[in-house]
Amino acid sequence: MIDLAFLRETFATLVSGVPLTLQLAALSSLLGAIFALLLVWAQVALPSTLGRVARFYIFAFRGTPLLVQLFLIYYGLSQFRPTLSALGLWGLLRDPYWCAVLALMFNTAAYCAEIFRGGLQAVPAGQVEAARAAGFSGFLLFRRIVFPIALRQALPGYGNELVLMVKATSLASTVTLMEITGLAAKAISQSYRAIEVFLVAGALYLVLNVVLVQALGLLERRLMRHLAR
Amino acid sequence: MTALQTKTPAIEIRALHKSFGPVEVLKGISLSAHEGEVISILGSSGSGKSTLLRCINMLEAPTAGEIAVNGETIRLKPGKAGLVPADRRQITRIRGKVAMVFQSFNLWSHMTILENLIEGPVHVHGRPRGECIAEAESLLERVGLADKRHAYPARLSGGQQQRAAIARALAMKPDVMLFDEPTSALDPELVGEVLKVMRALAEEGRTMLVVTHEMAFARDVSSRVVFVDRGQILEDGSPAEVFGNPKSKRFRAFISS
Repeated sequence: MIDLAFLRETFATLVSGVPLTLQLAALSSLLGAIFALLLVWAQVALPSTLGRVARFYIFAFRGTPLLVQLFLIYYGLSQFRPTLSALGLWGLLRDPYWCAVLALMFNTAAYCAEIFRGGLQAVPAGQVEAARAAGFSGFLLFRRIVFPIALRQALPGYGNELVLMVKATSLASTVTLMEITGLAAKAISQSYRAIEVFLVAGALYLVLNVVLVQALGLLERRLMRHLAR
Repeated sequence: MTALQTKTPAIEIRALHKSFGPVEVLKGISLSAHEGEVISILGSSGSGKSTLLRCINMLEAPTAGEIAVNGETIRLKPGKAGLVPADRRQITRIRGKVAMVFQSFNLWSHMTILENLIEGPVHVHGRPRGECIAEAESLLERVGLADKRHAYPARLSGGQQQRAAIARALAMKPDVMLFDEPTSALDPELVGEVLKVMRALAEEGRTMLVVTHEMAFARDVSSRVVFVDRGQILEDGSPAEVFGNPKSKRFRAFISS
Protein backbone atom coordinates (compact mmCIF):
# COMPACT_ATOMS: atom_id res chain seq x y z
CA MET A 1 0.00 0.00 0.00
CA ILE A 2 2.68 2.49 1.06
CA ASP A 3 4.89 3.37 -1.84
CA LEU A 4 8.26 4.08 -0.20
CA ALA A 5 9.91 5.05 -3.42
CA PHE A 6 7.23 7.66 -4.08
CA LEU A 7 7.52 9.02 -0.54
CA ARG A 8 11.28 9.36 -0.92
CA GLU A 9 10.85 11.11 -4.23
CA THR A 10 8.22 13.49 -2.79
CA PHE A 11 10.44 14.19 0.19
CA ALA A 12 13.30 15.15 -2.10
CA THR A 13 11.00 17.47 -4.05
CA LEU A 14 9.50 19.17 -1.00
CA VAL A 15 12.79 19.58 0.88
CA SER A 16 13.92 21.92 -1.87
CA GLY A 17 11.15 24.26 -0.68
CA VAL A 18 12.51 24.42 2.87
CA PRO A 19 14.96 27.30 2.26
CA LEU A 20 12.18 29.51 0.85
CA THR A 21 9.85 28.62 3.74
CA LEU A 22 12.56 29.48 6.27
CA GLN A 23 13.47 32.66 4.45
CA LEU A 24 9.86 33.87 4.42
CA ALA A 25 9.41 33.02 8.10
CA ALA A 26 12.71 34.55 9.24
CA LEU A 27 12.54 37.74 7.22
CA SER A 28 8.91 38.53 8.00
CA SER A 29 9.35 37.67 11.68
CA LEU A 30 12.37 39.95 11.95
CA LEU A 31 10.75 42.88 10.13
CA GLY A 32 7.49 42.22 11.97
CA ALA A 33 9.22 42.35 15.36
CA ILE A 34 10.84 45.68 14.52
CA PHE A 35 7.53 47.07 13.33
CA ALA A 36 5.84 45.70 16.47
CA LEU A 37 8.32 47.58 18.66
CA LEU A 38 7.35 50.78 16.85
CA LEU A 39 3.66 49.99 17.45
CA VAL A 40 4.30 49.46 21.17
CA TRP A 41 6.39 52.61 21.35
CA ALA A 42 3.57 54.57 19.72
CA GLN A 43 1.17 53.28 22.35
CA VAL A 44 3.26 53.87 25.45
CA ALA A 45 5.41 56.89 24.65
CA LEU A 46 3.98 58.95 21.82
CA PRO A 47 1.03 61.39 21.75
CA SER A 48 -2.30 59.66 22.11
CA THR A 49 -3.38 60.19 18.48
CA LEU A 50 -0.46 58.07 17.26
CA GLY A 51 -1.24 55.55 19.97
CA ARG A 52 -4.79 55.35 18.67
CA VAL A 53 -3.53 54.82 15.12
CA ALA A 54 -1.41 51.93 16.42
CA ARG A 55 -4.39 50.47 18.32
CA PHE A 56 -6.51 50.66 15.18
CA TYR A 57 -3.79 49.01 13.12
CA ILE A 58 -3.60 46.12 15.58
CA PHE A 59 -7.39 45.87 15.67
CA ALA A 60 -7.59 45.69 11.87
CA PHE A 61 -4.73 43.24 11.28
CA ARG A 62 -5.64 40.89 14.12
CA GLY A 63 -9.28 40.92 13.17
CA THR A 64 -8.94 39.93 9.51
CA PRO A 65 -7.57 36.69 7.99
CA LEU A 66 -3.97 36.63 6.85
CA LEU A 67 -5.08 35.14 3.53
CA VAL A 68 -7.35 38.12 2.88
CA GLN A 69 -4.51 40.49 3.75
CA LEU A 70 -2.20 38.63 1.39
CA PHE A 71 -4.75 38.78 -1.46
CA LEU A 72 -5.34 42.48 -0.81
CA ILE A 73 -1.64 43.17 -1.19
CA TYR A 74 -0.97 40.82 -4.10
CA TYR A 75 -4.14 41.25 -6.18
CA GLY A 76 -5.66 44.39 -4.66
CA LEU A 77 -2.70 46.72 -4.90
CA SER A 78 -2.19 45.99 -8.61
CA GLN A 79 -5.25 48.18 -9.24
CA PHE A 80 -3.13 51.13 -8.18
CA ARG A 81 -0.25 50.24 -10.46
CA PRO A 82 0.25 53.73 -11.97
CA THR A 83 0.40 55.35 -8.53
CA LEU A 84 2.69 52.64 -7.18
CA SER A 85 4.96 52.93 -10.22
CA ALA A 86 5.16 56.67 -9.69
CA LEU A 87 6.14 56.04 -6.07
CA GLY A 88 8.74 53.49 -7.18
CA LEU A 89 7.00 50.73 -5.21
CA TRP A 90 5.74 48.69 -8.14
CA GLY A 91 8.99 46.80 -8.55
CA LEU A 92 8.56 45.52 -5.01
CA LEU A 93 4.81 44.87 -5.09
CA ARG A 94 4.70 43.05 -8.43
CA ASP A 95 6.94 40.39 -6.91
CA PRO A 96 4.91 37.69 -5.11
CA TYR A 97 7.84 37.07 -2.76
CA TRP A 98 7.74 40.60 -1.38
CA CYS A 99 3.95 40.59 -1.26
CA ALA A 100 4.10 37.48 0.92
CA VAL A 101 6.82 38.94 3.15
CA LEU A 102 4.82 42.16 3.57
CA ALA A 103 1.56 40.38 4.36
CA LEU A 104 3.23 38.05 6.88
CA MET A 105 5.13 40.94 8.41
CA PHE A 106 2.11 43.24 8.77
CA ASN A 107 0.11 40.42 10.29
CA THR A 108 2.70 39.19 12.79
CA ALA A 109 3.53 42.77 13.82
CA ALA A 110 -0.02 43.19 15.13
CA TYR A 111 0.24 40.05 17.27
CA CYS A 112 3.81 40.74 18.40
CA ALA A 113 2.87 44.26 19.44
CA GLU A 114 0.29 42.82 21.83
CA ILE A 115 2.77 40.24 23.13
CA PHE A 116 5.45 42.90 23.70
CA ARG A 117 2.98 45.29 25.31
CA GLY A 118 1.93 42.52 27.68
CA GLY A 119 5.57 41.85 28.56
CA LEU A 120 6.17 45.53 29.17
CA GLN A 121 3.14 45.95 31.39
CA ALA A 122 4.13 42.93 33.45
CA VAL A 123 7.42 44.58 34.50
CA PRO A 124 6.97 45.07 38.26
CA ALA A 125 6.51 48.77 39.06
CA GLY A 126 8.63 48.39 42.19
CA GLN A 127 11.69 47.29 40.24
CA VAL A 128 11.36 50.27 37.90
CA GLU A 129 10.97 52.54 40.92
CA ALA A 130 14.10 51.08 42.53
CA ALA A 131 15.98 51.84 39.31
CA ARG A 132 14.67 55.41 39.19
CA ALA A 133 15.63 55.90 42.81
CA ALA A 134 19.17 54.80 41.93
CA GLY A 135 19.39 57.38 39.15
CA PHE A 136 18.36 55.34 36.12
CA SER A 137 16.22 57.16 33.57
CA GLY A 138 15.39 57.28 29.88
CA PHE A 139 17.14 54.83 27.60
CA LEU A 140 19.48 53.51 30.31
CA LEU A 141 16.48 52.55 32.44
CA PHE A 142 14.88 50.86 29.43
CA ARG A 143 18.02 49.04 28.29
CA ARG A 144 19.23 47.76 31.66
CA ILE A 145 16.04 47.13 33.63
CA VAL A 146 12.75 47.39 31.71
CA PHE A 147 13.70 45.62 28.48
CA PRO A 148 15.44 42.58 30.01
CA ILE A 149 12.50 41.93 32.33
CA ALA A 150 9.89 42.55 29.61
CA LEU A 151 11.75 40.22 27.23
CA ARG A 152 11.59 37.40 29.75
CA GLN A 153 7.88 37.96 30.30
CA ALA A 154 7.17 38.04 26.57
CA LEU A 155 9.33 35.11 25.49
CA PRO A 156 6.83 32.23 25.84
CA GLY A 157 4.15 34.11 23.92
CA TYR A 158 6.63 35.28 21.32
CA GLY A 159 7.90 31.73 20.77
CA ASN A 160 4.34 30.69 20.08
CA GLU A 161 4.02 33.44 17.48
CA LEU A 162 7.23 32.27 15.75
CA VAL A 163 5.84 28.74 15.47
CA LEU A 164 2.63 30.15 13.97
CA MET A 165 4.71 32.14 11.49
CA VAL A 166 6.54 29.07 10.19
CA LYS A 167 3.16 27.51 9.45
CA ALA A 168 1.63 30.72 8.07
CA THR A 169 4.24 30.79 5.28
CA SER A 170 2.25 27.98 3.63
CA LEU A 171 -0.25 30.66 2.52
CA ALA A 172 2.44 32.08 0.25
CA SER A 173 1.73 29.12 -2.03
CA THR A 174 -1.54 30.83 -3.00
CA VAL A 175 0.39 33.64 -4.66
CA THR A 176 2.56 31.27 -6.77
CA LEU A 177 5.51 30.89 -4.37
CA MET A 178 7.10 27.44 -4.48
CA GLU A 179 7.80 26.90 -0.82
CA ILE A 180 6.92 23.58 0.84
CA THR A 181 3.15 23.80 0.34
CA GLY A 182 3.47 25.26 -3.15
CA LEU A 183 5.67 22.36 -4.21
CA ALA A 184 3.27 19.94 -2.54
CA ALA A 185 0.30 21.31 -4.50
CA LYS A 186 2.28 20.98 -7.69
CA ALA A 187 3.33 17.41 -6.86
CA ILE A 188 -0.32 16.50 -6.24
CA SER A 189 -1.50 17.96 -9.52
CA GLN A 190 1.02 15.70 -11.24
CA SER A 191 0.51 12.52 -9.20
CA TYR A 192 -3.02 12.82 -7.73
CA ARG A 193 -1.68 11.30 -4.52
CA ALA A 194 -2.81 13.88 -1.97
CA ILE A 195 -2.38 11.84 1.21
CA GLU A 196 1.28 10.92 0.73
CA VAL A 197 2.29 14.37 -0.47
CA PHE A 198 0.54 16.29 2.29
CA LEU A 199 1.79 13.85 4.92
CA VAL A 200 5.35 14.56 3.81
CA ALA A 201 4.65 18.30 3.74
CA GLY A 202 3.15 18.17 7.23
CA ALA A 203 6.12 16.17 8.50
CA LEU A 204 8.53 18.79 7.14
CA TYR A 205 6.74 21.64 8.98
CA LEU A 206 6.75 19.49 12.09
CA VAL A 207 10.51 18.98 11.89
CA LEU A 208 11.13 22.72 11.36
CA ASN A 209 9.01 23.54 14.39
CA VAL A 210 10.60 20.88 16.58
CA VAL A 211 13.97 22.48 15.93
CA LEU A 212 12.52 25.96 16.56
CA VAL A 213 10.81 24.90 19.79
CA GLN A 214 14.01 23.26 21.04
CA ALA A 215 15.98 26.42 20.34
CA LEU A 216 13.37 28.54 22.11
CA GLY A 217 13.40 26.17 25.06
CA LEU A 218 17.16 26.51 25.32
CA LEU A 219 16.93 30.29 25.22
CA GLU A 220 14.14 30.29 27.77
CA ARG A 221 16.09 28.10 30.16
CA ARG A 222 19.04 30.44 29.86
CA LEU A 223 17.01 33.61 30.40
CA MET A 224 14.77 32.18 33.10
CA ARG A 225 17.59 31.01 35.38
CA HIS A 226 16.42 33.63 37.86
CA LEU A 227 13.18 31.71 38.38
CA ALA A 228 14.72 28.24 38.64
CA ARG A 229 14.04 26.52 41.92
CA MET B 1 23.74 68.65 68.10
CA THR B 2 24.33 72.40 67.96
CA ALA B 3 27.63 71.94 66.16
CA LEU B 4 25.87 69.99 63.47
CA GLN B 5 23.02 72.45 63.05
CA THR B 6 25.29 75.18 61.71
CA LYS B 7 26.30 73.02 58.76
CA THR B 8 24.25 72.70 55.58
CA PRO B 9 21.55 70.08 56.17
CA ALA B 10 21.91 66.82 54.22
CA ILE B 11 18.21 67.03 53.42
CA GLU B 12 16.06 70.10 53.71
CA ILE B 13 12.35 69.95 53.02
CA ARG B 14 10.59 73.31 52.80
CA ALA B 15 6.79 73.72 52.95
CA LEU B 16 6.07 70.52 51.07
CA HIS B 17 2.53 69.95 49.85
CA LYS B 18 1.23 66.91 48.03
CA SER B 19 -2.29 66.20 46.84
CA PHE B 20 -3.62 63.11 45.13
CA GLY B 21 -6.57 64.59 43.25
CA PRO B 22 -8.75 66.32 45.83
CA VAL B 23 -7.02 64.62 48.78
CA GLU B 24 -4.23 66.63 50.38
CA VAL B 25 -1.78 64.11 51.81
CA LEU B 26 1.00 66.49 52.86
CA LYS B 27 -0.04 69.87 54.21
CA GLY B 28 3.09 71.96 54.21
CA ILE B 29 5.84 69.88 55.79
CA SER B 30 9.23 71.35 56.63
CA LEU B 31 11.97 69.12 57.92
CA SER B 32 15.77 69.18 57.94
CA ALA B 33 18.05 66.22 58.39
CA HIS B 34 21.66 66.90 59.32
CA GLU B 35 24.64 64.71 58.65
CA GLY B 36 24.75 61.74 60.99
CA GLU B 37 21.17 62.06 62.14
CA VAL B 38 18.96 58.98 62.20
CA ILE B 39 15.38 60.17 61.98
CA SER B 40 12.51 57.78 62.54
CA ILE B 41 9.31 58.94 60.90
CA LEU B 42 6.28 57.50 62.64
CA GLY B 43 2.62 57.71 61.81
CA SER B 44 -0.44 55.60 61.17
CA SER B 45 -1.12 54.31 57.65
CA GLY B 46 -2.37 57.05 55.39
CA SER B 47 -0.69 59.74 57.47
CA GLY B 48 1.54 60.71 54.55
CA LYS B 49 4.86 59.50 55.97
CA SER B 50 5.77 57.29 53.00
CA THR B 51 4.70 59.99 50.55
CA LEU B 52 6.97 62.42 52.37
CA LEU B 53 9.93 60.06 51.99
CA ARG B 54 9.16 59.39 48.32
CA CYS B 55 9.04 63.11 47.57
CA ILE B 56 12.65 63.51 48.72
CA ASN B 57 14.04 61.65 45.69
CA MET B 58 11.13 62.71 43.48
CA LEU B 59 9.55 59.28 43.12
CA GLU B 60 6.44 61.23 43.99
CA ALA B 61 5.78 64.62 42.42
CA PRO B 62 4.99 67.20 45.13
CA THR B 63 2.27 69.78 44.52
CA ALA B 64 4.29 72.61 46.05
CA GLY B 65 7.42 73.14 48.12
CA GLU B 66 11.14 72.62 47.82
CA ILE B 67 13.67 69.91 48.52
CA ALA B 68 17.38 70.54 48.91
CA VAL B 69 20.03 67.85 49.15
CA ASN B 70 23.38 68.95 50.60
CA GLY B 71 22.24 72.54 50.06
CA GLU B 72 21.42 72.00 46.39
CA THR B 73 17.75 72.72 45.67
CA ILE B 74 16.14 70.34 43.20
CA ARG B 75 14.94 72.34 40.20
CA LEU B 76 11.29 71.61 39.51
CA LYS B 77 8.79 72.30 36.76
CA PRO B 78 5.04 71.66 36.53
CA GLY B 79 4.20 68.15 35.27
CA LYS B 80 1.15 65.90 35.03
CA ALA B 81 0.88 64.80 38.65
CA GLY B 82 2.61 67.78 40.25
CA LEU B 83 6.10 69.29 40.23
CA VAL B 84 8.62 67.12 38.42
CA PRO B 85 12.39 67.46 38.08
CA ALA B 86 13.28 70.11 35.51
CA ASP B 87 16.87 69.00 35.00
CA ARG B 88 17.40 65.31 34.34
CA ARG B 89 21.16 65.48 34.89
CA GLN B 90 20.66 67.13 38.27
CA ILE B 91 18.05 64.66 39.50
CA THR B 92 20.15 61.71 38.31
CA ARG B 93 23.13 63.06 40.23
CA ILE B 94 21.06 63.69 43.35
CA ARG B 95 19.38 60.29 43.21
CA GLY B 96 22.83 58.77 42.98
CA LYS B 97 23.58 60.34 46.39
CA VAL B 98 20.26 59.48 48.08
CA ALA B 99 19.74 55.74 48.24
CA MET B 100 16.41 54.14 49.00
CA VAL B 101 15.36 50.87 50.59
CA PHE B 102 11.79 49.76 49.89
CA GLN B 103 9.19 47.86 51.83
CA SER B 104 9.01 45.18 49.14
CA PHE B 105 12.81 45.07 48.52
CA ASN B 106 12.45 45.60 44.75
CA LEU B 107 15.65 43.80 43.85
CA TRP B 108 16.00 43.43 40.08
CA SER B 109 14.73 39.91 39.53
CA HIS B 110 16.74 39.13 36.39
CA MET B 111 20.09 39.80 38.04
CA THR B 112 22.07 37.92 40.66
CA ILE B 113 22.60 39.59 44.03
CA LEU B 114 26.11 40.68 43.03
CA GLU B 115 24.83 42.08 39.72
CA ASN B 116 22.14 43.97 41.64
CA LEU B 117 24.85 45.59 43.75
CA ILE B 118 27.13 46.69 40.91
CA GLU B 119 24.37 47.76 38.51
CA GLY B 120 24.00 51.32 39.83
CA PRO B 121 27.70 52.03 40.47
CA VAL B 122 28.70 50.74 37.01
CA HIS B 123 25.87 52.18 34.90
CA VAL B 124 24.80 55.30 36.79
CA HIS B 125 28.12 56.35 38.31
CA GLY B 126 30.16 54.92 35.41
CA ARG B 127 32.78 53.35 37.66
CA PRO B 128 35.05 50.46 36.65
CA ARG B 129 33.41 47.08 37.02
CA GLY B 130 36.25 45.30 38.78
CA GLU B 131 36.45 47.91 41.51
CA CYS B 132 32.65 47.76 42.01
CA ILE B 133 32.70 43.98 42.29
CA ALA B 134 35.35 44.09 45.00
CA GLU B 135 33.34 46.65 46.96
CA ALA B 136 30.10 44.76 46.45
CA GLU B 137 31.66 41.59 47.78
CA SER B 138 32.80 43.28 50.96
CA LEU B 139 29.35 44.85 51.39
CA LEU B 140 27.71 41.43 51.02
CA GLU B 141 30.16 40.13 53.62
CA ARG B 142 28.97 42.88 55.96
CA VAL B 143 25.29 42.05 55.61
CA GLY B 144 26.04 38.33 55.88
CA LEU B 145 25.25 37.35 52.31
CA ALA B 146 28.67 36.58 50.87
CA ASP B 147 27.60 33.03 50.01
CA LYS B 148 24.53 34.31 48.13
CA ARG B 149 26.30 36.58 45.68
CA HIS B 150 25.54 34.44 42.64
CA ALA B 151 21.97 33.61 43.71
CA TYR B 152 18.92 35.28 42.14
CA PRO B 153 16.60 37.30 44.39
CA ALA B 154 13.76 34.76 44.06
CA ARG B 155 15.93 32.19 45.86
CA LEU B 156 16.35 34.35 48.96
CA SER B 157 14.15 34.77 52.02
CA GLY B 158 12.53 38.15 52.64
CA GLY B 159 15.10 39.06 55.28
CA GLN B 160 17.97 38.11 52.98
CA GLN B 161 16.42 40.09 50.12
CA GLN B 162 16.08 43.16 52.31
CA ARG B 163 19.68 42.87 53.51
CA ALA B 164 20.75 42.58 49.87
CA ALA B 165 18.65 45.66 49.05
CA ILE B 166 20.40 47.58 51.85
CA ALA B 167 23.76 46.45 50.46
CA ARG B 168 22.62 47.61 47.00
CA ALA B 169 21.79 51.00 48.47
CA LEU B 170 25.19 51.17 50.22
CA ALA B 171 26.98 50.28 46.98
CA MET B 172 25.92 53.68 45.61
CA LYS B 173 28.00 55.30 48.40
CA PRO B 174 25.06 57.51 49.35
CA ASP B 175 25.18 60.60 51.54
CA VAL B 176 21.68 59.87 52.80
CA MET B 177 19.69 56.65 53.05
CA LEU B 178 15.90 56.54 52.91
CA PHE B 179 14.11 53.52 54.34
CA ASP B 180 10.43 53.09 53.48
CA GLU B 181 9.01 50.65 56.04
CA PRO B 182 11.93 48.26 55.52
CA THR B 183 10.62 45.57 57.86
CA SER B 184 6.88 45.77 57.23
CA ALA B 185 6.82 42.99 54.64
CA LEU B 186 8.86 40.57 56.74
CA ASP B 187 7.92 37.68 59.01
CA PRO B 188 8.43 38.61 62.65
CA GLU B 189 11.45 36.30 62.91
CA LEU B 190 13.16 37.95 59.94
CA VAL B 191 12.70 41.50 61.19
CA GLY B 192 15.56 41.20 63.64
CA GLU B 193 18.27 40.43 61.08
CA VAL B 194 17.33 43.53 59.04
CA LEU B 195 17.13 45.80 62.09
CA LYS B 196 20.56 44.55 63.16
CA VAL B 197 22.06 45.73 59.88
CA MET B 198 20.27 49.08 60.14
CA ARG B 199 21.42 49.53 63.72
CA ALA B 200 25.03 48.97 62.60
CA LEU B 201 24.61 51.61 59.88
CA ALA B 202 23.19 54.09 62.43
CA GLU B 203 26.14 53.43 64.74
CA GLU B 204 28.68 54.22 62.04
CA GLY B 205 27.13 57.68 61.71
CA ARG B 206 25.16 57.41 58.50
CA THR B 207 22.40 59.89 57.75
CA MET B 208 19.17 57.93 57.67
CA LEU B 209 15.48 58.73 57.32
CA VAL B 210 13.45 55.73 58.34
CA VAL B 211 9.70 55.42 57.93
CA THR B 212 8.88 52.63 60.34
CA HIS B 213 6.43 50.98 62.67
CA GLU B 214 9.24 49.54 64.79
CA MET B 215 8.86 51.46 68.04
CA ALA B 216 11.90 49.85 69.59
CA PHE B 217 14.07 51.00 66.69
CA ALA B 218 12.65 54.53 66.89
CA ARG B 219 13.21 54.68 70.63
CA ASP B 220 16.63 53.04 70.90
CA VAL B 221 18.45 53.62 67.62
CA SER B 222 17.26 56.90 66.14
CA SER B 223 18.60 60.25 67.23
CA ARG B 224 15.36 61.98 66.38
CA VAL B 225 11.72 61.00 66.10
CA VAL B 226 9.18 62.72 63.88
CA PHE B 227 5.48 61.93 64.13
CA VAL B 228 3.37 62.66 61.06
CA ASP B 229 -0.40 62.80 61.31
CA ARG B 230 -2.84 63.78 58.55
CA GLY B 231 -0.09 65.38 56.52
CA GLN B 232 1.44 67.45 59.30
CA ILE B 233 4.31 67.02 61.73
CA LEU B 234 2.92 66.84 65.25
CA GLU B 235 6.05 65.75 67.10
CA ASP B 236 9.72 66.37 66.40
CA GLY B 237 12.46 65.77 68.92
CA SER B 238 14.79 63.30 70.54
CA PRO B 239 13.26 59.89 71.35
CA ALA B 240 13.39 60.75 75.05
CA GLU B 241 11.47 63.99 74.51
CA VAL B 242 8.92 62.61 72.10
CA PHE B 243 8.21 59.34 73.88
CA GLY B 244 8.71 60.73 77.39
CA ASN B 245 6.74 63.92 77.02
CA PRO B 246 4.56 63.98 73.92
CA LYS B 247 2.97 67.31 73.04
CA SER B 248 0.06 65.96 71.05
CA LYS B 249 -2.89 63.84 72.09
CA ARG B 250 -2.66 62.01 68.76
CA PHE B 251 0.84 60.71 69.51
CA ARG B 252 -0.17 59.60 73.00
CA ALA B 253 -3.04 57.67 71.46
CA PHE B 254 -0.70 56.33 68.75
CA ILE B 255 1.85 54.84 71.17
CA SER B 256 -0.73 53.49 73.60
CA SER B 257 -2.56 51.57 70.86
